[in-house]
Amino acid sequence: MNMIVCCKQVLDPEAPPASFKIDPASNKVVPPPNVPPVISPFDENAVEAALKIKDKQGGKITIISMGNNLTRDVVKKPLSMGADELVLLEDPAFEGGDSWSNAYALAMAIKKIGQFDLIFCGRQAADWDSGQVGSGIAEILGIPNVTLAKKVEVADGKARVERVLSDGYQVIEVTLPALITVSNELGEPRYATLKGIMAAAKKQPTVWKPSDISVEPSQIGAAGRKTKLMKLFQPVREGKCEIVEADSPAEAGTKLANRLREAKLI
Amino acid sequence: MAEPKGVMIYGETVDGKLSSITTEILGCGRKLADNLQEEVICVIIGNELGESPKKAIAYGADKVFTVDAPLFKDYQTDSCVPAMDKLMKDISPRIVLFGQTAIGRDLAPRLAFRLGVSLSMDCLELNINPNGKLLEQTKPVYGGNARAVYTSETMPQMATVRQKAMSPLEPDESRKGEIIPSKVEIDPSQIRTKLLETVKEQVAGIKLEDATVVVSGGRGIGGPDGFKQLEELAKMLKGAAGASRPPCDNKWVTDTVQVGLTGKIVTPEVYIAVAISGASQHLAGCSGSKNIIAINKDPEANIFKEARFGVVGDWKQVMPAFTQRVKELLAG
Ligand SMILES: Cc1cc2nc3c(=O)[nH]c(=O)nc-3n(C[C@H](O)[C@H](O)[C@H](O)COP(=O)(O)OP(=O)(O)OC[C@H]3O[C@@H](n4cnc5c(N)ncnc54)[C@H](O)[C@@H]3O)c2cc1C
Ligand SMILES: Nc1ncnc2c1ncn2[C@@H]1O[C@H](COP(=O)(O)O)[C@@H](O)[C@H]1O
Repeated sequence: MNMIVCCKQVLDPEAPPASFKIDPASNKVVPPPNVPPVISPFDENAVEAALKIKDKQGGKITIISMGNNLTRDVVKKPLSMGADELVLLEDPAFEGGDSWSNAYALAMAIKKIGQFDLIFCGRQAADWDSGQVGSGIAEILGIPNVTLAKKVEVADGKARVERVLSDGYQVIEVTLPALITVSNELGEPRYATLKGIMAAAKKQPTVWKPSDISVEPSQIGAAGRKTKLMKLFQPVREGKCEIVEADSPAEAGTKLANRLREAKLI
Repeated sequence: MAEPKGVMIYGETVDGKLSSITTEILGCGRKLADNLQEEVICVIIGNELGESPKKAIAYGADKVFTVDAPLFKDYQTDSCVPAMDKLMKDISPRIVLFGQTAIGRDLAPRLAFRLGVSLSMDCLELNINPNGKLLEQTKPVYGGNARAVYTSETMPQMATVRQKAMSPLEPDESRKGEIIPSKVEIDPSQIRTKLLETVKEQVAGIKLEDATVVVSGGRGIGGPDGFKQLEELAKMLKGAAGASRPPCDNKWVTDTVQVGLTGKIVTPEVYIAVAISGASQHLAGCSGSKNIIAINKDPEANIFKEARFGVVGDWKQVMPAFTQRVKELLAG
């Protein structure tokens, strides 16, 4: 079983909301100081999905991360969890893409890797929450895709996927090769083991430039975008909270109920 | 190809009824189409569509293309994408809208890549830019910390719309429109997926998405027992109980009650957040509530920035007294 997992390095989405800043001049997010980037959380769930299959029937897991100036400790995390290889698409030309240019570059890198039965992506990257790259890669490669997986099992050349619905789930069987996007319902990603961390430290990632995957710089990153970002802004919060105070928490509870009744809310 | 024209709506049905998100995007599509002085064209693909094409007209469509065949009974990527691809080539719309649903999330991106056009997912606002007539697509990014406004020059311009972000029009049964039954041939061997089973979770009582009062608990609740108290309060208020993500991840409650960016979007009159810090990804699912009430022991918790009323304190002490008083007040 040859598996590929696409893992994007993003600003930590769980950094305190107050530390979130935008530079209006460049329409970019200012990275919060002293908060290291992370692998986008759903991509860690995707790594976990691949590892579960590897646990059961063996196989090889290759991670692809695309960006520029990627932090080695961060992009190596899937290796320390148990993945086998790491391919980095690393070049200034890969930066600033939208779903189109990102899916295109990743699909070309996957073509270059050549052998795959299953490709995993996160349901959406925690920076732009776009939620399209997985389906895009599948379309470019001409393979089927199943989105929003919470469980993936492989048997007899097919994958059986439980797909999350708002009120339950579907069980879908798909022929291989296939692309699957993974949701957090799959379960917490495993921790890195000490052995894994040591193995990952020794492992050298393969680094590919645009020419290595036969793409023109005009087709990737910011140059290959189909969407134009007109504006990026923080929604204004009204922020007027009436704190109900009292001598004891229990009394505050009683007062809160009274206050809600006065305001005709209950 | 003809000049792209009209606003196309992907209509979803549940048991032969138009789903509420479809009525919402029909309302939005109507406004956009009036602005452009063009038509609203709804497309409904499925099996046994019932009254839904007529309802689509009542909710604002000028034309409804229907594809009604057993092959389309259940949504599958490989059957619906080629069907939409064909209809879109025939109709040549300027704008295409989908609901941000289990179907829209799957269909829209694959279709966009097949057609070679761009797409914005999970939009909260859609406007026609006065110069250039392009669709301005506003969507939350960075887990709800920010909003981005996108445009694209590729045609058609595609977007999925968040549930409850738009209001439907008052249905007008006397509205005139045209229903156009269409045929799409799909070679069944091209469908590489097979739907084996659909498992629906039965929730007792009022559905979270429809409730006018939601009582949600967070990580600070500490375990399944605390949620029993919240459920009791929710029931008393004829509402529903929800949760932030950690209680779902920890299996204190079922996954389907998660509120937030990747869970349910709720817009009740009253949203009571107990021991929830107010991370942007959680607020993404509840900030449309009319009144947020926060109970949290940390006075600095972000949830107080969104709340109208709050109590700073340990929920274990606040909630029993609150629930008791609510009970008394409701008893009259
Ligand atoms: C890509 C992505 C998507 C996500 N999607 C979602 C989503 O859809 N929904 C969602 O909810 N989260 C989502 N999250 C997670 C989100 O970022 C937060 O981690 C999560 O919402 C935190 O939940 P919480 O507030 O319950 O927990 P915490 O942030 O741990 O907060 C617990 C709160 O409880 C308070 N507390 C503790 N004990 C008590 C007590 N005894 N009495 C009173 N108060 C107490 C604490 O002061 C604290 O404020 C997502 C994250 C990512 C990265
Ligand atoms: N730069 C990237 N490097 C690696 N994987 C990516 C990158 N961008 C997107 N992906 C993958 O595509 C998924 C969906 O991304 P998006 O459509 O941008 O929300 C992510 O969860 C990743 O699995």
